[in-house]
Amino acid sequence: MKRNHTGAPVASGTATATLGVLGVVVGLRAVFGAPLRASIGWLVPFAGLRVDVDPLGGAFMALTGAVAAAVGVFAIGYARRERWARFPLVALPIFVLTLLVVPAAGSVTTFLFAWEAMALTSLALVLTEHHRAEVRSAGLFYAVLTQIGFVAILVALATLSSAAGSGTLAGIRAAAGDLSPALRSGVFLLTILGFGSKAGLLPLHAWLPRAHPEAPSPVSALMSAAMVNLGIYGIVRIDVQILGGGPRWWGTTLMVVGAASAVFGVLQASVSADLKRLLAYSTTENMGLIGMAIGASMLLGASGLASVAAIALAAALVHLVAHAAFKALGFLAAGSVLAGTGVRDLDRLGGLARRMPYTTTLFGIAALGATGLPLGAGFVGEWLLLQSLIHTPQGDNTLLSLVMPLSIGALALTTGLGIVAMVKAFGIGFLARPRSEGAESAREASPTMLVGMALAAAGCVVVAVAPVALGPVLTRVATTLPSVGDGHGPKLGAMLRLPGAAGSVSPVVLAAALAVSAALVLLLARWGVRARPAAVVRPLWAGGGPALTPRMQYTATSFAEPLQRVFDDVLRPDTDVAVTHVAESRYLIEKITFRTAQADAVEEHLYWPVVRGVAAAARGVRRAHTGSIHLYLLFGAVGLLVAIVVGR
Amino acid sequence: MMALSIALAALQVVMVLLGAPLVIGAMRQVRARLEGRRGGGLGQPWRDLRKLFRKQQVTPEGTTVVFRAAPFVMLGSTLLIAAIIPVVSLGSPLDSSGDFVAVVGLLFLGTVALALAALDTGTAFGGMGSSRQMTVVALVEPTILLVLFTLSLRVHSANLAAIATGTLANPAQAFSLGRVLAFASLVIAIIAETGRLPVDNPATHLELTMIHEAMTLEYAGPRLGLVEWASGMRLTVLLVLLANLFFPWGLAPGEPGAIQVLIAVAAIVAKVAVLAMALSVGETFLAKLRLFRVPELLAGSFLLGILAVTASSFLPSAGR
Repeated sequence: MKRNHTGAPVASGTATATLGVLGVVVGLRAVFGAPLRASIGWLVPFAGLRVDVDPLGGAFMALTGAVAAAVGVFAIGYARRERWARFPLVALPIFVLTLLVVPAAGSVTTFLFAWEAMALTSLALVLTEHHRAEVRSAGLFYAVLTQIGFVAILVALATLSSAAGSGTLAGIRAAAGDLSPALRSGVFLLTILGFGSKAGLLPLHAWLPRAHPEAPSPVSALMSAAMVNLGIYGIVRIDVQILGGGPRWWGTTLMVVGAASAVFGVLQASVSADLKRLLAYSTTENMGLIGMAIGASMLLGASGLASVAAIALAAALVHLVAHAAFKALGFLAAGSVLAGTGVRDLDRLGGLARRMPYTTTLFGIAALGATGLPLGAGFVGEWLLLQSLIHTPQGDNTLLSLVMPLSIGALALTTGLGIVAMVKAFGIGFLARPRSEGAESAREASPTMLVGMALAAAGCVVVAVAPVALGPVLTRVATTLPSVGDGHGPKLGAMLRLPGAAGSVSPVVLAAALAVSAALVLLLARWGVRARPAAVVRPLWAGGGPALTPRMQYTATSFAEPLQRVFDDVLRPDTDVAVTHVAESRYLIEKITFRTAQADAVEEHLYWPVVRGVAAAARGVRRAHTGSIHLYLLFGAVGLLVAIVVGR
Repeated sequence: MMALSIALAALQVVMVLLGAPLVIGAMRQVRARLEGRRGGGLGQPWRDLRKLFRKQQVTPEGTTVVFRAAPFVMLGSTLLIAAIIPVVSLGSPLDSSGDFVAVVGLLFLGTVALALAALDTGTAFGGMGSSRQMTVVALVEPTILLVLFTLSLRVHSANLAAIATGTLANPAQAFSLGRVLAFASLVIAIIAETGRLPVDNPATHLELTMIHEAMTLEYAGPRLGLVEWASGMRLTVLLVLLANLFFPWGLAPGEPGAIQVLIAVAAIVAKVAVLAMALSVGETFLAKLRLFRVPELLAGSFLLGILAVTASSFLPSAGR
């Protein structure tokens, strides 16, 4: 690493935060004002840079900007403490810039250009600590999967653009209705694959649990709270807005992909012992829920239920904002833990509540948001999604009658397991006693880091208690979407109401009522206070032994063990116990070696067969490479001949 | 009329607060009689609470605010649930602010608070209880949500008064296939969530088996009193939900007269007494399940829940 130059982190963080604030301002102006249009011919070769920000793009821009503002402030302190080299300091603001350009893009070429620029800068940032082998492996995974996704998007958009005869997104949208159903469906499948890989949806999710943990934490926060959103943006922009929805199997497909991602992601998160890996799998889970909501909206829209479709779409957008807030905070707090202890393995953390009280509180807010419990940021989005599933009329439509109950089951299982994952992350990681020296000598985060986290926490609180703030933006975004644009979406006032459907909930009132009832309990607890001797603090009972040691505590692995047993068939943990007996007697044990590793079942059964197949094919081709120059010349001549004959 | 509905909500809270120890007492008494013991009597839990609240406040060394706040969160959220759900009247002022989803969420907020407090102590028992409890929660929460959907699908609302009103307006519906399945799966979920046999044994301190008791092991005196009280109240509100969502007859309407309120109070006392008695009799004949057999039971109730939702989604005419 480079020497500790103090000015550079400030400059880099300030630039990032300023870009973020600019993004919020420009985004909100585009949401509420006239669409912003600009074209700069010389900036990108051949096609030029074309910017066209409508309310949909503006909303994503504002969200990205808000995340970037919090991350930028945090990065000032973090980069200084971690002694960042010059490269990541320069790349961070550039990454934010590319993130802001993607939703602003008005033409296919600009979009693809910005998309690839975003992928490359983020890849470079993931590789910041490239001297570690895990980082290089994560970078390879990320590079391959993101490029597969890019190819899918490239083919989809190029096909769409040439069939519609226009290079601008607005032009494609105008002509999209006349395209053949087969072409539209092909584009839909390719975009689900391509954008899904960026959003971390199955089956191309495997880069996420690798790249997010290995990247520096501010970068993880940007990737997990801003970049994955753009995958969802792509799906909404192309499939919902430009193609205007499709046959019912589109929505069903997206719901299946979403539900599978949600359940798989949360299961992996609940058994993961690495704090950042847990958060990364939780991103797959939440993007799965959002995918499910968009799928439900498409399915309901195709079934002629526009008002319920509007609820589902609102659920997707609200949960997207909530996820951005709590996941940005989660990764920033994880970064603060990493900077303060040097440890991100939950099995070796603990006891941070005393040493890092602010970080602990802030992570608590993020974890509460991720559980989807009331007063947490995730509650409103999940509530809206549940409502959209409940309000589907039954009986007259076999597909809906089958899909909705199963999605409800998947959603219910996801929320249940989500609680476990977050209780583990917070309870094992931050409470109890430190399990390693790093955790014991933890240092609280620096002021700028705390301010960055507090900004993200403020976002969490707003979404949790006052989702009314999101209402106007949501209404404006809905006007740009054909299936739900009639303005009968849910009303996010102090009371969340669903027009045309019974059902309401009010997070503000609930929060106030809970405060009142907690005050009431304080009064109750005074019963018998006069008869009580003075309160004392005493050591814990050590089970009869001399004293409690940190090794007696449950670890993250032991905490998740019962769950791992229950879901053995899905998780397929790789566990190995070796017992060495004392030579004289097999009843005495000398030592026990226990090793367990969490493998990703999808990775094992889908990726590695492909990789092995490619490797086998390469070995086959290698046999033709004998080293004889004459043979190579022959190959060249035959190749040319074939090309001439075929291309004649 | 606002004053009346607030007064009724307060009545509900007071009833649950005062009644919960009696429910526990009744269950213990029934069980004791069936086992040929005399039992401590209906009022024993109340006497235990009085004793606990007069004891010294002992805080274990090394615990944080999480440990101290958990009993308050647990009891506070349960009080709020008692104000929201239809115990006596259908017209709770908070009914439109908190639906079934919010109620389930509040319930698990209390569970999570206690599980975190148990981890906060840093003892092996605390971690053990917390880990086991969260494994149970991972399967119980989805089950309760599925029951909620079964009940909400027909009335298209998850607000509890709407569900109860829907059943009152259409009594034949109460015994549709979906609802019978949902009832069975909610019973199992309640048994698991409140730590009754065969999932957890509330009368044991054997480390191999305990779940709830392991989490409360480090609590003493007034805080233990709060936790015990809250646990009793959680059982009570869940029994009330079971009674009034599936058999809402006797509930007072939104703006009731004095007679209607009296009838409603008598009805809910009778319903909860019957359910508690049934639970207690059932427990007498059951042994505790091995810990790793518990998930099988819970997975069974989850599947019942899925069947219930699918049945009421596919067979809309079954109950009409």
